[in-house]
Amino acid sequence: MLYFSKLRIFSVIIFTLILSYFTISNFFKIDDNFFSKNIKLGLDLQGGSYLLLEIDNKPVITQKLQNKVMELKNFFKDKNIITRNYTVDDNSIIFDTTPDKSDELNNILDDDESEINQYYQQYKSHEFDFVKDQDSFKLTLSKYGLVLLKNASLDQAIEIVRRRVDEVGTNEPNILKRGNDRILVELPGLDNPGRIKSLLGKTANLTFQFITQNTEESFGTEKLDFEDGSENAIVSKRIILSGDNLVDAKPSMNSQTNETVVSFTLDRVGAKKFGKATSTGVGKRLAIILDGKIISAPSVREPIIGGSGQISGNFTFQSATDLALLLRSGALPAPLNIIEERTVGPDLGQDSIDAGIMSLIIGFILVVLFMIYKYRVFGVIANLALISNLFLLVGVLTLFEATLTLPGIAGIILTVGMAVDANVLIFERIKEEIKSERNPIIAFDSGYTKSRTTILDANITTLIAAVILFFMGSGPIKGFSITLGVGILTTLFSVYFIARLFTAFYVIKNKEKESLI
Amino acid sequence: MREISFNKFYKSFNILSIVLIIASLILLALKGLNYGVDFKGGTLIELRTDLNSANIKKIRDSFSQLNLGDVSVKNFGNDTDFIIKFEKQNSNDPKFIDNIKTKLSGSIGTVDFRRVENVGPKVSAELLQSGVIAIALSLAAMLLYIWIRFEWQFSLGAIVALFHDVIITLGVFSLFSLEINLSIVAAVLTIVGYSMNDTVVIFDRVRENLRKFSDIKIFELTNISINQTLSRTIITSATTLLALLSIFIFGGEILKGFSLAMILGVIFGTYSSIYIANPILVVLKVSQRTIVKEDKD
Repeated sequence: MLYFSKLRIFSVIIFTLILSYFTISNFFKIDDNFFSKNIKLGLDLQGGSYLLLEIDNKPVITQKLQNKVMELKNFFKDKNIITRNYTVDDNSIIFDTTPDKSDELNNILDDDESEINQYYQQYKSHEFDFVKDQDSFKLTLSKYGLVLLKNASLDQAIEIVRRRVDEVGTNEPNILKRGNDRILVELPGLDNPGRIKSLLGKTANLTFQFITQNTEESFGTEKLDFEDGSENAIVSKRIILSGDNLVDAKPSMNSQTNETVVSFTLDRVGAKKFGKATSTGVGKRLAIILDGKIISAPSVREPIIGGSGQISGNFTFQSATDLALLLRSGALPAPLNIIEERTVGPDLGQDSIDAGIMSLIIGFILVVLFMIYKYRVFGVIANLALISNLFLLVGVLTLFEATLTLPGIAGIILTVGMAVDANVLIFERIKEEIKSERNPIIAFDSGYTKSRTTILDANITTLIAAVILFFMGSGPIKGFSITLGVGILTTLFSVYFIARLFTAFYVIKNKEKESLI
Repeated sequence: MREISFNKFYKSFNILSIVLIIASLILLALKGLNYGVDFKGGTLIELRTDLNSANIKKIRDSFSQLNLGDVSVKNFGNDTDFIIKFEKQNSNDPKFIDNIKTKLSGSIGTVDFRRVENVGPKVSAELLQSGVIAIALSLAAMLLYIWIRFEWQFSLGAIVALFHDVIITLGVFSLFSLEINLSIVAAVLTIVGYSMNDTVVIFDRVRENLRKFSDIKIFELTNISINQTLSRTIITSATTLLALLSIFIFGGEILKGFSLAMILGVIFGTYSSIYIANPILVVLKVSQRTIVKEDKD
C-alpha cells in the first residue's frame, strides 16, 4: 500500500491541481469560457425570490369538455344519430340518444379508427373513457387525455410566465417545470416579488364585448362588474375581439384628455373584425374586459378601421405599463396560484455567507490544531489531506457549476469534521500494527490494508444518507446533500492518494526512526 | 493504555436509554413537535428594526392588530432582529406582505423584511410527507446495507441504535419546543449516517476479533473491541463536534437548529454505538459460530 508508481504520483498531482485551479477560479474573473466556471450561489445566499406556482386547470378542462360537446353534436348529426340533453359538469359530459341508435353510438365511441377518436390514432389510447347506461352516455377524460391536456396547458403557461418575467427584466431568472401542474420561478436578486406576483397572478384574458341595453341578464348575455367596483353592466357574450389578435401594446398618453392609456395594435384579422364590429355598432358602448372585469366601456363614436386603438381606465403610468406588458405577453391558459414563496433579502444573504465562511475558517482551524496535537507529523499529513480535500470538494462543485446554499456550506464544514475520520482509523490501526511488527513499512502497509473495509463501510453509510437526501430534498437541502456526498468522495481520494503519498514519503525516509507514529 | 470496562455499565445504561426512549415517545405523542412553516404552512417574516425602536412586546402588539390570527414573535440572534410566524398565508395576494410592512412602519417605524417565507397548506403537507419518506427510506437503505454486509444480529444492533438516536434527538426537540423544519430533516438523515458509521467501525472490529479469538465470550469481546477503537471514536467525535460547534456559534441563526440537532445526534450516536449496539450482540449471544456459518455460505 505504500508503493506509488511514478505515473500514479503524476496523475494524483495533476488531478489535484486541476480541481484546485477551479476552486481558485471562483475568486478571480477569467474571460475564457471553459475556465470561467463559478459556483452558483443559492437564493438563500445571494438573495432573491423563489415562487412555486400551481396551475388551476379547471377552466382548461371545462373548455375542453365544451369543445368536445360541439364536436360530438356535429359528428352525430352528420351520422343521423339523434343526441340530446347534453350536460357538462366538472369532469364529464353526459348525453342521451334514442334507444334504436344507442348500440351504434356505443360502437362508434369504442372504435379506435373512428373519426371521433382522432386522439387514438396519434397516441394509441383513448382521450375519453365512456360509460353507457341504457341510452345515456357519460364521457370522462381518460388518464392519458388528462395528462396530455395538463402538459399542453403547462407548456403554454410556462411560455407566458417566461415572457412576463423577461419583460420585467430581472437578473437571470430561472423558470422550470415541476410535475405536470407546477412552475418554479427563481428570481435572483429580487427582494420584493410583489410586482412579479401581481403580473403572474393575472390570467390576462382580454376581450371586447358590446354592452346591451337590457337591464336583466338573459340568454346570451352576462352581468359583469367594473374593475373599480363602481357599477356593473350587462354585456353580450359575443366576443368581438380577444387578446389573441393583439400584436403590440404599450402605455402612452392621450393628448386630448391628458390621461394615461394603453395603446394597442391589432393583427390583420383582428383589425378587420374590429373595423366591422365598430362600424355596425356606432353609438353602442364597447366593454373592454380583462379577466371577467370591465376595465372601461367607451362609446363607439366612429368605426375604427386602422387596426389600432386605446384602452383608457384610470391608469397610473405603472398600471398602464403592467397592463401593456400582460397584453404583449399573452394570456395564460388557466389561472396560476402561488402556493409557496420564499424571499431572502440581499443583506441577509451576505450575512449568511459571512457567517458561513467564518464558521468554516474557525471549524477548520480547530480541527487542524486538534489533529496536530494528537498526531504531530501525521497530524500535519492529515491536515494536508484535509486542505486538499477542501480544494477538491470546491473544485468539483465549481466544475459542475453546483449551487451552493447555506446548508451546503454547513455540509462543507461537516465534511471538514468527518473527513479526518478515515485518516484517524488508519493511523490508529498503524499504531496497533507497530506493536507487533518491527518493520515500520510492513506495519504501515498492513495498517492501511486492514482499515480499508471499515473505512469503506463507514463512508458508504453516510453516502447513502446523502443520496436519499438529494432525491427527496428540495432547494437548500439539496445543496447540503450535494456537498455532503461529493465531500465523501473527495475525502476518500484525499486519504487514499494524497495522505498516503505523504505518509509513504515520510515513512520510507524515516524508517530507521524509533516510534514513528 | 488501560482498558476501560464499558461492559460493566451495559445494564445501567440500557435502563437509562429505555427510560429516555419511553420519555421521548411520550413527549412526541402528547406534546408533539413544533413544526415550522415548512411543515405546518403559514408565513414567516424575519425583520430587522431600527436600533432601540422596537421590542418584542411592541412588535407583538402591532402584529396582533393586523388580524393575522395566532402570531408568534421571537428575538432572532440580536436585539434588532425578530422572527414572526403566523398561520395565515396568502401568497396569491401580491399586496399581502407589502400591506403588513406598510402598517408596521406606521406603528414601529422603519422595518426591513430580511426574509419572507410563505408556504401553502398543500405544499407543507407534501414537504412533511417527503421528509418522513426520506427518513424512512434512509433507515431502510441502512438496514439493507448492513444486512448485506453483516450477520442479522449485527444489523439488529445497528438499527436499534439508529432508532434510539433519532427518537431521543426528536424527543429533545419536543421537550424544548425547538422548531422542526426542512434543515432538521437533513440533520436527522446525517445523524442516521453518522450513527451507522460509528457503529459499523466497532462492529467491524468485533467481527474481526470473533474470527481471531474463539475462547473469549462476547461480553468481553465487545469490550475489547470498543477499547481498541476508542481513541478513533473519541478523535472523530471530537473533530466532528468541533466543526459543528463552530457552525452553532458562528454560523448564524438560520443554522442554529440544524447544528444543534447534529450535535445531539453525534453525542447520542457515539453513546449508542457503545451502549446500545454492543449489548444487543451480547443479548443475542453472538459467538464465533455466528460468523463462521456466514463465512461458509
